Order: sequence, then structure tokens, then C-alpha cells
Amino acid sequence: MESVWPALEPLLMQVQKPARYIGGEDGAAVPRHHPAKVAWLLTYPDTYEIGLPNQGLQILAEILNERSDAVAERSYAPWSDLEALLREHAIPLFSVDTHRPAAAFDVIAFNLSAELVYTNVLNCLHLAGLPVRAADRHAGHPLVGAGGHCASNPEPLADFVDFFVLGDGEEVVGEISAVLAADKAAGTTDREARRRHLGAIPGVYVPALYDVTYRADGRLAAVTPRYPEVPEQVEKRTVADLAEWPYPRRQLVPLTEVVHDRLNVEVFRGCTRGCRFCQAGMITRPVRERPADQVREMVATGLRRTGYDEVSLTSLSTADFSGIEGVVADVVNDPANGGRVSVSLPSLRVDAFTVGIAGEIQKGRRTGLTFAPEGGTWRIRQVINKLIREEDLYGAVESAYSQGWRRMKLYFLTGLPTETDEDTLGIARLARHCVEIGRKYHKNPSVTVSVGGFVPKPFTPFQWFGQNTLAELTRKMHLLRDELRRDRGVQFKWHDPKATTVEGIVSRGDRRLGAVIEDVWRHGGTFQEWTEHFDLDLWLDALDRHAMTVEDLVYRHRTEEEVLPWDHLSAGLHKDFLWQDWRDALDEVGLEDCRWTPCYDCGACTGYGVEHVVASAVPPAGGSQGTGQDLAAAGEVPVTLLPRRAEPVGAR
Amino acid sequence: MTRVRLRFSKLGKVRFTSHRDVARMWERALRRVELPVVYSEGFSPRPRLHFGLALSTGHESLAEYVDVDLRDDTASTVDIGSLPAVLSSALPAGIDVTAAAAIPGGTPSLQHAVTSCSWRISVVGAAPAALYRAVERVLAAEELVTTRQRKGHDVTDDLRPLVVALAASVSHPTGPTGPARPTDDGTELTCELATQPRGLRPAELVALLGDGLTEGRVLRTHQWIQHDGARQEPLAAQATSAPHAEARAS
Repeated sequence: MESVWPALEPLLMQVQKPARYIGGEDGAAVPRHHPAKVAWLLTYPDTYEIGLPNQGLQILAEILNERSDAVAERSYAPWSDLEALLREHAIPLFSVDTHRPAAAFDVIAFNLSAELVYTNVLNCLHLAGLPVRAADRHAGHPLVGAGGHCASNPEPLADFVDFFVLGDGEEVVGEISAVLAADKAAGTTDREARRRHLGAIPGVYVPALYDVTYRADGRLAAVTPRYPEVPEQVEKRTVADLAEWPYPRRQLVPLTEVVHDRLNVEVFRGCTRGCRFCQAGMITRPVRERPADQVREMVATGLRRTGYDEVSLTSLSTADFSGIEGVVADVVNDPANGGRVSVSLPSLRVDAFTVGIAGEIQKGRRTGLTFAPEGGTWRIRQVINKLIREEDLYGAVESAYSQGWRRMKLYFLTGLPTETDEDTLGIARLARHCVEIGRKYHKNPSVTVSVGGFVPKPFTPFQWFGQNTLAELTRKMHLLRDELRRDRGVQFKWHDPKATTVEGIVSRGDRRLGAVIEDVWRHGGTFQEWTEHFDLDLWLDALDRHAMTVEDLVYRHRTEEEVLPWDHLSAGLHKDFLWQDWRDALDEVGLEDCRWTPCYDCGACTGYGVEHVVASAVPPAGGSQGTGQDLAAAGEVPVTLLPRRAEPVGAR
Repeated sequence: MTRVRLRFSKLGKVRFTSHRDVARMWERALRRVELPVVYSEGFSPRPRLHFGLALSTGHESLAEYVDVDLRDDTASTVDIGSLPAVLSSALPAGIDVTAAAAIPGGTPSLQHAVTSCSWRISVVGAAPAALYRAVERVLAAEELVTTRQRKGHDVTDDLRPLVVALAASVSHPTGPTGPARPTDDGTELTCELATQPRGLRPAELVALLGDGLTEGRVLRTHQWIQHDGARQEPLAAQATSAPHAEARAS
């Protein structure tokens, strides 16, 4: 197949950051195409510098290229300057590996990490030369797939995507390749037949194989399979043992600057802290740790191969990894790394133990630490099950300031269920107190408070909650802004409530929302994640034109009886467990982490016959997380890894 | 401390990366081959690399230079002759190290020493005859005074002294001569442009030649140091060369 490179090359002098489009990353496999192989184009529907580091796409590209029946390349959404030139010169969307036109692939598969990229999915399909609606595509067109966290509610994109993958992709991409390769060998080109073959694979959801019915009042009635072999409920896929999947083996090293430009090693998947707002923690259960030795090996070989001097140990809460101190110490002290490797832990727990680990790795540069208490009062933190006591936070902050850090960043949510202004203003109170602690150690301590509006997500206990209105979220942000206006030392940042509202529109939508997404895209609404492109009015106008309202889609509380658009799918969690957890939330009752306490039967383990894979049976030392869990068992583990200074700096 | 000067190319797709991107590629490559590079002091130590004149994003080059400081305690074990091959394999396709040599202490930095660069510039929008006439006009001019805006002020420069040498040629459209392929018209400039007191950019030269002309592909072929009336390259010609470099790119 011909490359678009000769046509593309002269245009690249006219665009910003042309290195986005050239490929050539170290670690990229040379794709070996063959007519019998299933050719995948793995597409991240946002810019190269956001999409390239995505570990999911990198893992799947490697796994596919190792197979004899598949080949994979990558593509990213071209920025609007190149898009205009591509359209002017009739050049289609292309892969960055060999600059092959997207339509020359058998499958175009999208990673869905955020709701606001959905219009970019349509734009990429259109740039590829495909009809955006699946029903309008014919046998010669590629199949369109999607996966990633947002695929847990695929309905808003059901009109455009042929198949969705639920859960972990490592195993299922192979099964999909085998099925599509068999269809190729048999000469099966009929789209419906191929969709039915895909729909028979566990974890694959093919929306066209389901009929959707609505009640007279407009509510969803049922989503039912059209064929006997199609499952009534599609279960997500779960990789039981992360040790069997040491991917990516060859992480891509881009030629140009991207976000998270460092080595990433995933240390565990899943989280059972049970924060009720957190979709990632709910849908990726159970916890599966990578063996510590494999982590060490992946770090050592990865650093040597890539030449990076920074490694991130990734997970939803890395301080919870069994024996994290040992792994971190080994990486930092490995003589092969020359003492110049820095380790980053992207999601810190709020406790002094975590600060101790952070102190171990940030020997020289102590720039800033980030904590996420999420709620301003103990009451609201019980509601959301982020069980951090004030003394945990202040202990962590004191520990950090005393060990040399000067800047703290605190993440909060507002618009949470049962939230009162006392809870919202509690954010200001906590931040102020942190600054006061800092003054004991430094002249000008700084605390950045970053507040986001809460969006209820599918497969969480808050999936029934009516999101705060745009006016209410804006009022709360202004309340905090005004409260903190005169506070020296506290910087207040907030996520635009308009964007939060659009996330809410898409997050829990059903299949009818597809028309709205298409409308927004047809009116030029691409790159909605980017402030310079985001436009709330595009969305509100589109809702109007399709007789839908924000009140109904976003602000309305759902009832227990209501059929939710994702009820025919499963992330492993029992609906009655989630409902009970929702009732507990309203009663301000917290729930302990089930890694170290008896099972609540949420369904994630029992349903799949898998278990938590955790190297240590005792919880980590340090912060109580307010659970009342007996942490005496972890008492032998030192809470502070570095000796505390006897006298605080600056105290006289 | 031993300072090693390296010459490298930047050809093909990788030309679309920026000067900063290239600096990062070098940092990673040096860590990968585990050279005993001297690191800067401070909270975030970085390898001590000294690049010469920045090459604009999109331009190609046969003659980029970087000076690398190696620790003396181990420098004796580094075989400088092997560096071109070793480093080329750790750098992206299109970036090949073509020469390496230790340079004496006190050698002026590349930024200060280089006085001019040779370029091959394909010109878009020029009929061959018109381009030849424009070149003659520029060469015959006593002075070429232009005014440009800089930090809100009008700055007036005579650009004529910055054009050290200039010639136009027309290549066979079917036979590209090296990486800087001529345009459809096949018109190409070969020139030497001064870098001091200020650098004349290829685009500025093309603009001097006539309205509506723009640069196509641009290739830096040499950097020059004017010294005691003689012109020499930052690395002597006999330093290790890698003839495969052009073939490897894109």
C-alpha cells in the first residue's frame, strides 16, 4: 500500500510541531504486513504528545506485532493546522509508522481515555475517508473498534463503532485477530457476519447486535441481543496475572517532547481503596501486583535501553504496592544507574509513610509534592470513602515541609453527593492550615489547591447521583475563590465547570446521544479537551436540536429501578453491591480496603474466579486512611525512612 | 576532563525535530552507550553538552557539531575512533555521527568560533533565468540594506557582507543530487552565509532574491571557522567519516 509521506512531507514545514507526524520512535517495531494478517491501526484520538505515552496502546501494539496473524501501527489526531492542509490536499489520516492511509488497515481501534475526545473519534474516521456511522460503512471499509476506561459506557459511541473491548486488552486482541484472520482466510467480507463472529468473543461488545427499546416516558426500557449466541450481558476481560504480561517490553522513546516523557513501569493494576467517585478504582478490580523482581528487571532493562533518567512506577496508588520501599531503594541505589535516576510515584497516598518514600527518591530536588484529600471535611470524605483524617493530611504535610519540600499541591473535588458549603469551604480551611504548618519551616510555603467538578461515572456507587448544575458548580468555585482571595500562600486553581458539564452529558448517556456527538462534530467541535477549542454552546445547541436536555441527562438523580445504559455490560461489580455502597455513602459510612479485610462480595473476584494478587498480607504502614483498620501489624515498618531533623529549619 | 568534538548529520524525517529535541536525543544516547560524561552540578544534573549553531526545524545538515566533556578518570578507556559507530547506533535514523576527535583545552566554543556556513537551498517559485539574474544582482550590489523589527525597534542592517558566496544552479528534475532535493523547477542555490556579527538565515537570503520566492529543502553542508586568513572546518577533514550516512536517512 502506498505511503502518504511524499504528499505529506512538503506540508510539514507549514505546521506547528511537525515532529508529531514523523514516527521513528526508538522501540517501534517495523510492521511486517501480509495480506493474510489482520492489520490494526491503533489510534489515540488526541494529539501525538498526549497519545504517544499511552501505555495501553503501546502494550497492544507490541502484543499484536509479536503475533503471526496480526500487524499493528499507530496514529494520532492531527492538530487543526495539519487537518486543514490534509483536507485541502485530499490526504487521508495516516499511520506514523509507515505513513500508510488509515483505510488500508483492517481495523481502526481507538483508545478512549476521556469523554471529550469522542468528537475526535468521528473526525479521525472522517479523515480516514470512512462514513462515520457504522451502518453506512460497507464490506471494503475497516472495522472500527474501541477500548479503554470510557468504553465501560460505550453507548454514546454505539452508532459509530463496530465493536468495543471491555476491560484488559492483552488477551482479547489476540482472540479478535484470530477471528478476523479466519474470516479473511474464508473470504468472509459481510460486515454482519464478521460482527457476529466478534460478538461471540468474551469481553467484546458489538452494539449493532443489540436492539434498544424505550418506554413511553422516554426512559430506556431494555437492550436485548438480536441473536441467540449473543450474550445478554457482556463481561469485561481481566488478566489474572500481570507477571505473564511484562509489557511494554520496548517502551517507545519519542523523538520530540511528549507528556510523561520517561520510562513507565506498571507495578499493579486495580485498586480496592474503594473511593466511591473513582471509576478507575471500581472497574479495574481486583488488585493484581507485578512481582517485585519483575518490576526491578523491567526498570533496569528499560533504563538501559531507552537512556531515560527517570522512571515512573505506575498504578492507581503506588504506595500500596507490597514492599514499595525496597523496590524504590533498589532503583535509586542501583550502581548501574549511576545515582542519577529519579523515580516518580504518580499517585501518592496522604500519609507520612508516603512522604518518607518520596524523601528517599527525591534526594536532591524537592520541588513539590501532590496529595489528593478530595474532600474538605471528614464528613464528606466518609461519604466518598476517601478516608483520610485531618491528622493524616497534616502529618504528611508536616513531614514533607520538615524534610525540605516547600510546595504542596492538594487535589479536591466539589459537587460531591450531600456536599454543603461547609464542606466546600473546608477545602480552604485545610489549605490554610497546611500553609501554617509550612510557616514553621519556611518563610514562604506555598499550597496550590486544585479543584475539579465531580462527574458521576458508570459502574461506581455514584452512578445514580444527579450531577451539580453548571450554575451550582460555578457558585462553589467562586465561593472558594473569594474565600481564598486574601490568603497569601494559597493558590487556587479550578477546572472549568463548563467542561465538567459536557463530561457529564457524555459520561452517562445512552445510544441516543450519538446524534448529539455527531452534531457537535459536524459543527466543528473537535479537540474539546483543549481550552482553545472547547465550546459549551456547541453541545447545548446540539442537545436542543435533538430534543434532549442537560437537566435530564446530567442533573437528574437516577432511581434504583431505572435501566441504566450500561446495565447489559459488566465490569464485574454487582449492581446491588454498588447500590448498597451508594446507600452507605448517603449514611456517611466508610468501607475498609478489602485487600486486608474480609470480602464485601463486590463481584470483581468471585465473578471471574480471580483473586487479589498481593505479595503482602498486611496493610502498609503509615496513615490510617481513617478506616479504623488495625495497623499495629505493620508497626515494624518504619514510618519515616529519613531521619527527622531534631530542630525544624527556621525555628529559633 | 577531555573535550571531544563530534560531527553529525541530520537528514530525512528526523529533520522535523527541533534543536531542543536533538539535545534530548543526545542526552539519552550518551546514557545508553554509558560514556563517562561530565554532569553539571546542582539539584538536577545534566550531561555537559555544548552545541553549535542551532539548525532550524525542517532544515537538514551534513555538518552539525557538539562538544562533549568526558571525565578524565575514565577517558583513557574511551576509544574516540569508535565513537561515530557506537553513537550512531544509539541515535535515531537520520542522525549519524560522522567524525570525532579530542580537542585541546582552551579551544573556543563552537558558538564563538564558527564564522560562516555553507548551504544548499532549493528555491520554490523561481524560473531559472530569473533566479540567475537575481543572484547576479545580489553579488553586484555594494550594499543590501534592510530594515526589520526586533523587540519593537526598527533595526537596519546591510546584509551584503553576510553573503560570502552565492551561486545558482539548475539540476535535472529527474536526478536528485543528494538529500536536499531540488524543487520541480530544479532551481537550487549553493551559498556561504556569515554567522557573525549576526547570522543570515537561508529564508532571508531567498527573500533578498525576489518577492514570492520561498525556500524548499535546505541543507547545511559545512560550518567554517575563519582563522588567520584561512578557512577550516571545526573538525579536520581526516577525522573518521561515515559514507553511509546519506543513504541511511529516510
